[in-house]
Amino acid sequence: MNLRRVVVTGTGIVSACGLNTDDFWKSLVDCKSGIGPFSSVDADLIRFKNGAEIKHFDPTVSIEKSDLDLMDRFTQLAVVAAKEAVSQSGIEFTEENAYRTAVILGTSMGGVGTQEQSYIDLYQEKKSRVHPLSIPKTMLNAASSNVSMKMGIKGPVYTISTACASSNHAIGNAFWLIRNGICDQAISGGSETPFTYTFLKAWEAIRVVAPDTCRPFSKTRQGMILGEGAGMLVLESLEHATKRGANILGEIIGFGMTSDASHITKPDQKGAERAMNFALEDAHLSPEKIGYINAHGTGTLINDTMEVAAIKTIFQEHAINLPISSTKSLHGHALGATSSFEAIATIMALKNGILPPTANFEEIDASCDIDIIPNKSREKQIHYALSNAFAFGGLNAVLAFKKWEE
Amino acid sequence: MSEIIFDKIAAVISAKKGVNRELIKFESTFEELGLDSLDAVELIADLEDEFNVTIPNIELQNIKSVKQAVSGLEKAMQ
Repeated sequence: MNLRRVVVTGTGIVSACGLNTDDFWKSLVDCKSGIGPFSSVDADLIRFKNGAEIKHFDPTVSIEKSDLDLMDRFTQLAVVAAKEAVSQSGIEFTEENAYRTAVILGTSMGGVGTQEQSYIDLYQEKKSRVHPLSIPKTMLNAASSNVSMKMGIKGPVYTISTACASSNHAIGNAFWLIRNGICDQAISGGSETPFTYTFLKAWEAIRVVAPDTCRPFSKTRQGMILGEGAGMLVLESLEHATKRGANILGEIIGFGMTSDASHITKPDQKGAERAMNFALEDAHLSPEKIGYINAHGTGTLINDTMEVAAIKTIFQEHAINLPISSTKSLHGHALGATSSFEAIATIMALKNGILPPTANFEEIDASCDIDIIPNKSREKQIHYALSNAFAFGGLNAVLAFKKWEE
Repeated sequence: MSEIIFDKIAAVISAKKGVNRELIKFESTFEELGLDSLDAVELIADLEDEFNVTIPNIELQNIKSVKQAVSGLEKAMQ
């Protein structure tokens, strides 16, 4: 079968590191973290106090006020980010191409804020009913459906929920749909809003959130930091993009996925290795071609050690000269949205010849002794990169990107 | 106090994981008793409730035996 090339022509993001792609990228390059004390939940009630929470988000910049009540915050973020991506790409959705266009988004938990309000109404306020739109606001596909409705997209529209790998699975699926000729264009990414009392309590209970900040690969790391937001990409076949004279930002060339089939939270190194291998094979790349990896790098003891060991196994001697970074140290771990942020960071790194850093690094850990671009971004022209995502539930998804060159 | 804590730990492990109470010793590691990292998180959460204390994440990561759990709780109670 003749496989088509797939390019990225637009990106959109709403995050603690910026409310659009330009601000987000500048924040990463300047190593300016979006992590700080969270305020939407009473921090006195939670053991950890910091998060990558979006400040000053105004959904009315691109959503009609009359529509806001129909959307949970996770959907509002998705729609705003999707509109930025579409506007940047200059793509148009017409009756003619609507059925050849996909929307595939990731989220881990969907509208948890709406669900929490229902509990408050019933258990605390003793009301006899909840908001009539609680179901369509909470459902995991609310964001995908609303993006589809706003843009008039009528082809394959669905949501993928694979915890912290959701967005990579979503983008990988969209990539394959276009590559295989099923669609010509797609909006893909993810959104997540973890800052609710019950959800933060659940994260507190499982003991993986750091009391200070996120320090991936550092000996002093104490866990992850939660983040919120949405990241969106416009994908097109190269032919489609060229025909309409689009400005191409980058190319997606490979996707690999595996399931550990071992433990519900503890990652298995072999699953991570195989996912990277499958992405490389799908891209027809030998490991030494890779010039940068945007690591999963949660900042937990177990993940970071496992990930570095997996990278060393796959890349062998090349691992010594292979820069990797965890941008979660800047934008936080936005769960189902996080790999959409990291895909955008990777595309920008390839496009601009600048590798984003791992922030908050303090001290070398012998089990993570590779080049993690500590605390300062680095100018380096690279041609190929991977972006890793390894989720709770043992689900792994890895994307391979290529610098756009004529 | 150590004995009260030990008895409670043994009772929780026995009840939740179906481990014979007689096999749970002060020196037993969680691995020997068939407890993984998530089981340890659950166990410590139960013990925190029981003794009304908080064990920081950084210390919980190092608790991998009954003995370490006892001393972790004793430290938290001081």
